[in-house]
Amino acid sequence: MNGVLELKVAEDLIARRSAVDRALHVVHVSKYFGGPSRFNRPGKKQPKRVSAVDDVSLTVMRGEIYGVLGANGSGKSTLIRLISTLLLPDAGSVEVFGLDVVTEAAQVKRLINRVSVEASLFKKLSAMENLTYAARLYSVDTRAARTNVIRILGALGISEARIRQPVEKMSRGMQQKVSIARALLTSPVMLLLDEPTTGLDPRSKKDVQKFVLDLRDSHDATVLLTSHDMEEADALCDRLAIVDKGRIVVEGTPLALKEEYMRRHRLDTLPSLEDVFMEVTGRSLEDSDFDPDAEDEVMSGS
Amino acid sequence: MAVNAPVWREIKASYAFVERNTNLSKRYWGWELTFLLYTVAQSASVIYIAYATPGAVGKHIDPHPFVLYLAIGALTWSYMANMFMAIAESVQWERWEGTIEYTMMAPINVFTYIVGSCLFGVLYGLVRTSLVLVALIFLFHLEANPAGLLPALAIVTLGSVSFIGLGIMAATLPLLFTEKGAQMTYVIEACLLLISGVYFPISVLPSWMQPLSHLSPATYVLSGIRDVLLKHPTSTIMVHTLVPLAVIGILTVPLGFWVFSWAEHYAKRTGRLKRTG
Repeated sequence: MNGVLELKVAEDLIARRSAVDRALHVVHVSKYFGGPSRFNRPGKKQPKRVSAVDDVSLTVMRGEIYGVLGANGSGKSTLIRLISTLLLPDAGSVEVFGLDVVTEAAQVKRLINRVSVEASLFKKLSAMENLTYAARLYSVDTRAARTNVIRILGALGISEARIRQPVEKMSRGMQQKVSIARALLTSPVMLLLDEPTTGLDPRSKKDVQKFVLDLRDSHDATVLLTSHDMEEADALCDRLAIVDKGRIVVEGTPLALKEEYMRRHRLDTLPSLEDVFMEVTGRSLEDSDFDPDAEDEVMSGS
Repeated sequence: MAVNAPVWREIKASYAFVERNTNLSKRYWGWELTFLLYTVAQSASVIYIAYATPGAVGKHIDPHPFVLYLAIGALTWSYMANMFMAIAESVQWERWEGTIEYTMMAPINVFTYIVGSCLFGVLYGLVRTSLVLVALIFLFHLEANPAGLLPALAIVTLGSVSFIGLGIMAATLPLLFTEKGAQMTYVIEACLLLISGVYFPISVLPSWMQPLSHLSPATYVLSGIRDVLLKHPTSTIMVHTLVPLAVIGILTVPLGFWVFSWAEHYAKRTGRLKRTG
């Protein structure tokens, strides 16, 4: 009897531990855009429903860097928006540290922050003004925030003098670093990086990638990274999922995915992650017929 | 303390919008100056009609009461329209800059967002209108009944609350209609200008249009201010002005919050937060 009780207690502990350690839990989530609505006139051609995220399930453990790889328009950004509480799922559920993103959105917002492919800053305002604004929204002490802004941007290679200049006078790479600083300023336990290095010069890209690793190692943050840069994903991610047409087609560690490919094709050397990507999606990133705004168009239902 | 902490946090967060918009206005100071000049020129053009009227109708009449009548219309409308547009454009502004998703992702209540935008709207409207007032006093040597100044201030204060409700509802348009939402707010502003008796009494409007005037808080604000500044402030005037304004405010402000919350939910369901207009 005691043995059964001990087993039950151990199971409960494991369940509780895994709930705490589970940073992100996505269960059968789907998101559609467009489709027939009550406002469409009868007899007229009904708009087509587009499936942006289709029955996606994944789990990210605390402290992991988890990659979501896919071509433009594959559903990566939609997935990030669902986790960020910016979109409501049509089916399934998303939990961040055990909190539901729909019913407990206010608490989830305190745990997360996001960096997207566009820096999304007030261009006329300085980096300091943009970041002070963000600090106020997240109830971060503004005096401490100002000190942190200088420290974080300094670590990313932006001098104090540049911090006080309008963002519009900064290069794209510098703007993206300000955007990363905005996310870090709020000390998120989960950081959602939506193609953060797209369009950056090689040096800025390296700076950002180094910072992501530092963040995980020194701040105990969990990172969900979307990318179509295979080398970046290979270098940064502990595990990754490759998505195509809104569905996860394969998931695992980069090494495991490559070894599996090597075994299947009886190769002597490890293939690149791009080889794996091409095999599982049936297309290469370069050959992709998706245009860069494809996912946004899907989102607007156009 | 624990109960009040989140409330205090939200109040402090609402200041973020005041500070941000103030910083933006400072950075766009050239445009602000241009628009100020535009408002002064537009108001002066309207007021000069008062001087032209005796000649146009062929009668010798004192133009000064009419000058003051039009000046009150121009100034009150300048304040109301600036405040209304500052609130209504808050969402559109974020769409232009591409920051709307970041603001909506922040851990703040939707009320905080609206209250912050409204606070700035009121301050912005007051500062701009004060500058226009100075310019008009310089141009037209305006003199009003001093006894009516405090009652006029009370009317403007309550009128602001009523107008805020309409502004919040208008702010939902850029949330719902990503590309044309801002233009729709201009249509609302123009309709309010037409039916509120800004430059003419509502009695000159067609009979079918006159009932619509009673739905606009600007109608009561304008008639109330004219009564207290051009005539004498009486308790009857104040009651007839403040009661409808209070009723409109009580109805439109909660309705505005509800409409905005609904629009936010709709935008999140349909993916309309993303598209920049």
